[in-house]
Amino acid sequence: MTVVSRRSTRTEPTAGGRVGDSAIRPDGVPKVRGEFAFAGDLWAEGMLWGATLRSPHASAIVRHVDIGPALAIPGVRAVLTATDLVGRNRYGLEHRDQPVFVEDVVRYSGEPMAAIAADHPDTARRARDAIVVDYEVTPPLTDPEVAIDAPAIHPDGNLFRQLVVRRGDPSTRGPVVVEGTYEIGMQDQAFMGPEAGLAIPADDGGVDLIVSTQWLHNDRDQVAEVLGLPPDKVRLTLGGVGGAFGAREDVSLHIHSCLLALHTGRPVKTVYSRRESFLGHVHRHPARIWMRHSAEPDGTIVSFETRIVLDGGAYRSSSFHVTANAACFAAGPYRVPNALVEAYGVRTNNPPCGAMRGFGAVQVAFAHEAQMDRLADACGVDRVELRLHNALASGDELLTGQRIEGSLPVAEVIRACMALPEPPPAVDDVLARPGGAGNTTDASSVRREVGFAVGFKNLMYAEGYDDDSVARCRLEDGVATITCAAAEVGQGFVTVAQQFARTILGVDDVFVDPADTSIGSAGSTSASRQTMVSGGAVEAACRAVAARVLEYVAETHGIDPEALTLTDGRIQSADGRVDAVIASVAPGIVFEAEEEFHHRVTHPLDADGQGDAHVSFACAAHRAVVDVDPELGLVRVVHIATAQDVGRVLNPLQCLGQIEGGIAQGVGLATMEELLVDEGRILNPSFTDYLIPTALDAPTVAAAYIEEPEPGAPFGAKGVGEPPTISSTPAVVAAIRAATGRPLTRVPVRPDDVAGLT
Amino acid sequence: MSEQVVNEQYVLQVNGEAREVHDAWVGESLLYVLRERLGLPAAKGGCEQGECGSCSVLVDGALVCACLVLAAAVTDTEIVTLEGLQPDERGALSIVQQAFVEEGAVQCGFCTPGLVMAVEDLLARDAAPEDLTVREAVSGNLCRCTGYGRVLAAIDRAVGATKEAAR
Repeated sequence: MTVVSRRSTRTEPTAGGRVGDSAIRPDGVPKVRGEFAFAGDLWAEGMLWGATLRSPHASAIVRHVDIGPALAIPGVRAVLTATDLVGRNRYGLEHRDQPVFVEDVVRYSGEPMAAIAADHPDTARRARDAIVVDYEVTPPLTDPEVAIDAPAIHPDGNLFRQLVVRRGDPSTRGPVVVEGTYEIGMQDQAFMGPEAGLAIPADDGGVDLIVSTQWLHNDRDQVAEVLGLPPDKVRLTLGGVGGAFGAREDVSLHIHSCLLALHTGRPVKTVYSRRESFLGHVHRHPARIWMRHSAEPDGTIVSFETRIVLDGGAYRSSSFHVTANAACFAAGPYRVPNALVEAYGVRTNNPPCGAMRGFGAVQVAFAHEAQMDRLADACGVDRVELRLHNALASGDELLTGQRIEGSLPVAEVIRACMALPEPPPAVDDVLARPGGAGNTTDASSVRREVGFAVGFKNLMYAEGYDDDSVARCRLEDGVATITCAAAEVGQGFVTVAQQFARTILGVDDVFVDPADTSIGSAGSTSASRQTMVSGGAVEAACRAVAARVLEYVAETHGIDPEALTLTDGRIQSADGRVDAVIASVAPGIVFEAEEEFHHRVTHPLDADGQGDAHVSFACAAHRAVVDVDPELGLVRVVHIATAQDVGRVLNPLQCLGQIEGGIAQGVGLATMEELLVDEGRILNPSFTDYLIPTALDAPTVAAAYIEEPEPGAPFGAKGVGEPPTISSTPAVVAAIRAATGRPLTRVPVRPDDVAGLT
Repeated sequence: MSEQVVNEQYVLQVNGEAREVHDAWVGESLLYVLRERLGLPAAKGGCEQGECGSCSVLVDGALVCACLVLAAAVTDTEIVTLEGLQPDERGALSIVQQAFVEEGAVQCGFCTPGLVMAVEDLLARDAAPEDLTVREAVSGNLCRCTGYGRVLAAIDRAVGATKEAAR
């Protein structure tokens, strides 16, 4: 294989840091020095640059593609289209419904038509623009409500999933009824490091791909199918990943880059521009949600009905499971005895939507939390009290009839969040006012209000999926090395893996190998699952190594291994004959173990949406303090207090980092983030026009943790990544409603909405 | 179709060294030349529009987005990248870098080189900035992982450590 790059993603063994400590990241030093190899930093001798031609039209018939003008450009080495494929022209995260290159029908604006390799990125760009495609443009199907019953725009039909959940007698009514319709715009993950990869043709006819992704093995299988190669001829290694948040679950440039590398016999590097990143990955599903709650006068929820329509765009991606999560968690973390949920995941000619942090739960939380406020007001009950009164707890049943076996401390997160102090009064500085440096808001116009919300979702994969991971631990002379294919995307799995190894083995030096497909699948870095599933595999592998060390020591001393203990790196026998340090007990001997972790079995939902479909749950509460200029429509989110159900805090620093980061994304959805789509085309695919929070927009966060260990999880810890994004959005909007008196039933809330111009 | 127009040769002063650039397309940004021709990939490309700050470098002492600067237009300037801003010893860190590592300001790390450049630049101009001054100074550096909380904590620590070092 060609020598690649000057640097690697291999991590340094940082000193110390057991479970519960704020251990620092092993990749922290290389990252602050700019020495960490992101996928886009790679370089190989003789490499070419890849580019993609994408359809500008959301719906079209392709009459003819002429690649001749592109091939005529000096420096262009390959132009590939659907006709060049030897394998199957289909891929897809869960279901292969998406063409690698359009054959005859374009289904979304941005759909790949051709891939180009050239000796300079600008040459590749010029070649891309020189390809002539004759499109017969057809009217796009862009309204998901219409699409449900419209003629199919794909052989698989227009419904990714229709899910009904029935519980109790949904026709039962309490005397207090509130209803509303809510809309959620299309949010983007907007990770900072655009898609990047380097594909290198191998001597055995296969290909090596170093790529930024969330799930190496799923990518590997999709690439191999299209290339027509056995999976072992397609080897993937994780390149440094610049954030993910769901957008890297689906294949982007992987297949194109490998095709180009095999076709040209040269390494091919592809790095998306920000524009292409917006066009080339899935987004959060826009949704339209109707809800009706009824309750007793004291606020006890009697019935719940909802109709949820999620726009999945042109291809399935994870729409099937996004629909399930929206349906299963539609009522929020509240006891609901009677319910009817109808949820639709719909295919349209809009950009494909898939995974983004908290998927399904984020959309419904915006609706159910607005409903909770309305219900409380209609009953004349305090909004927080109403939530406490109906809060789910262990032993209760979900809408799906599933009894909550593990921990779900909803009332505890509500109380802990409300107990956090509110921020001091506003600083008298124009930068601190809504609108900031725009200097438009007069201090006397600012209204400060508070909003509150609660949310929950499941952790790990569901509905009968055998969710697993595998990890290897190797111990030699007191140095441990962990190997696992879990994708580190910034969340800190590598730190947690080190902490587990240090805690179990009592050693300080722990390496975490780069993730690749030479070991079994670790599953996806999604669904708040890697700490639990791959963490579980790391824990098991380390415990197996510890047992082997004890067996070795027992054998050399002629005693029963059961008589030995390993505590904080020290091996001792009850009788005092053995007292040794693990690092020096077996010089030169290697102890190694590879272990799998599977979470407990779950089951599919039945025709009434009933079933034991989920493994574990996590909840969080958010209280937002927001300054609003109601006249100018300007908003500044000042402070967010949160309490989160985390099982156990493994690393306080990283836990807080996940919570603050997730909240910023929730604030973004509440106040500014939306991909605007017109006739299927994204109007704002840039950071000039798609705004995400800056340091001036991000609130100060105060966090409290509820630590109720989750049964079956390593060290009792729950994944912490998603809950911060779920209820932060409705909390912010509740505060803006309080400041303006307007219903604000759509996010993001725009200045026009705040000012009452819409 | 015309061929690309290329510059036969020009010289950039980068991190105190004269670096020759040969046969480069005239349209190449400073970011591209640093990363792809000079082997200095610390500055990252995140938006190509000067919005995200990931490519921040110093040109004659001014913090700029390298994606917005044509490489051939900054001959006869002093260019400093993250590679040139840090202590020479392997693994040694500046006060700002150390604070970023220890305060959890780094998650995916893609924005980190640009943020470190921006904070070094801020502290060189103002050794004791107020909170809003800090927020404004880094408001041109987008970060999607941290929500800025640990970044601001790291800057606080760096400010404290800088004061301490000055005593």
